[in-house]
Amino acid sequence: MFSKHFRRGVVVAAMLAAFAGPASALSEDEVSVLAGTCANCHGTDGRSPGAIPAIAGQDYDILREQLLAFKAGEVEGATIMTRHATGYTDEELDALARYFSEIEP
Amino acid sequence: MITRRNMLALGAAAFVAPLAMPNILRAQGSAGRVVIVGGGFGGATAAKYIKRRNPDIDVTLIEAQERFYTCPFSNLYLGGLREFESIGHSYEELTGEYGVNLVTALAEDVDGDAHTVTLSNGETVEYDKLILSPGIDINWGALEGYDEAAAELAPHAWKAGAQTQLLRRQLEEMEDGGLFVLSAPADPFRCPPGPYERVSLVAHYFKEHKPNSKILILDSKDAFSKQGLFTAGWQSLYGDTIEWVGLSDDGRVVRVDAEALEVETEFGMVHRANVLNVVPPQKAGFIAERAGVTNEGGWVPIKASTFESRQVADIHVIGDAAIASPMPKSGFCANTQGKVAAAAIVASLAGNEAPAASWTNTCYSLIGPDYGISVVGVYEAVDDEVVQVEGSGGVSPADADADFRLREAQYAVGWYDAIANDTWGTVPA
Repeated sequence: MFSKHFRRGVVVAAMLAAFAGPASALSEDEVSVLAGTCANCHGTDGRSPGAIPAIAGQDYDILREQLLAFKAGEVEGATIMTRHATGYTDEELDALARYFSEIEP
Repeated sequence: MITRRNMLALGAAAFVAPLAMPNILRAQGSAGRVVIVGGGFGGATAAKYIKRRNPDIDVTLIEAQERFYTCPFSNLYLGGLREFESIGHSYEELTGEYGVNLVTALAEDVDGDAHTVTLSNGETVEYDKLILSPGIDINWGALEGYDEAAAELAPHAWKAGAQTQLLRRQLEEMEDGGLFVLSAPADPFRCPPGPYERVSLVAHYFKEHKPNSKILILDSKDAFSKQGLFTAGWQSLYGDTIEWVGLSDDGRVVRVDAEALEVETEFGMVHRANVLNVVPPQKAGFIAERAGVTNEGGWVPIKASTFESRQVADIHVIGDAAIASPMPKSGFCANTQGKVAAAAIVASLAGNEAPAASWTNTCYSLIGPDYGISVVGVYEAVDDEVVQVEGSGGVSPADADADFRLREAQYAVGWYDAIANDTWGTVPA
């Protein structure tokens, strides 16, 4: 069984070994597919048209910390985001934070 | 023009020089032609996201209705919380901003070998890649006594439109003290929590306008989506207004007498309703059958990583018609499947491999206007099957306070605004 997590894990390990530095194993296409599902609540490209917070153009560090905190169950009063964030590796959450931080709000 | 044969020739050329393929296609005036049947959550999203990924691809959307009414939030209309037009969406963003060709016609037939779709207006459209997002059809004949004429008396209201408006009229015309009966089907069916949200919001309407009325759910199964949360919510908001009878307690309806507004269950019990809502057995929309992509159960087996049919090449099937379990048949899933199919098709037309698939689902249900609950899942493709990512997802906590329920109710509306904007470009009122 080769899940995307397994495959990405292998690639991450390989890249770390090769470059001895942090590098994203995710291609731009892959991150855009991961990010596609966020639009269902946060709006196309993260530009929310309604009551759910916009994520486009938010600060990368804040987005990243928030996603990791959701995943760890450390956000007081969180509704669905913990249940979402637990579906992604830390690398994926990092890539999503980067992706949305780089979109014009 | 790209026929299947010269596509094969192109495939052979690509084998020699993979990078040459997009150029050959462009030399013929297009980066490829994609035809999409069905302009709901799946099809409209696929059209938009193909264009966002590669505007040079020629995208034609075939949809019979000029305006699309969603099943999600149709229960809010039934409960008197929304106007009907607030769940209607049109295609101006797709045609205006994204350059999608919209054809208002019914797709009547598909020839998978010739790569053509025949329309009700007599036209034939050729495709390199076809996306079918036909939603469900009622499986007429699967429930004795329930046919199209019966549905005019005892509506299903499971495809939003005139049926939904008919059910609303019947609820409005019902005398206080009446009985609303909803017959719920066995799995699989569109929108697993839908029947239970529906009775919740009908109960809300009764509480405000017809407080002596009752609701009976006759169910063909022994368990349903978010059951614990629904049951607790019903008790808390509506007392004993709603009674649920599961399969083991003789809840399965086997015969409908729509003129008498009666249903008969497996062991011969007859229930008479004042308003009867039959949510009947379902199958993939008929164009899927015409395309030869359905199985003996009436649904469409797909390869998870691309949502391409397992039976016919170059036909991708998304939304409720596809077998994507453990993903539910929801508008949310159809939208995310549309995006995955879009990415896979754009990659394939450029001679590239599809990026790894990823989907999520969030189904909000309203038990009352200020009382929302949700279920979440995150999914990936493993060995070309859909699998829920371990440790992800789940339902709202059972012990949440009123503020939590209120926020989930507000997020439900926020979700609808966002997904309608993402899918059709609808700007919330």
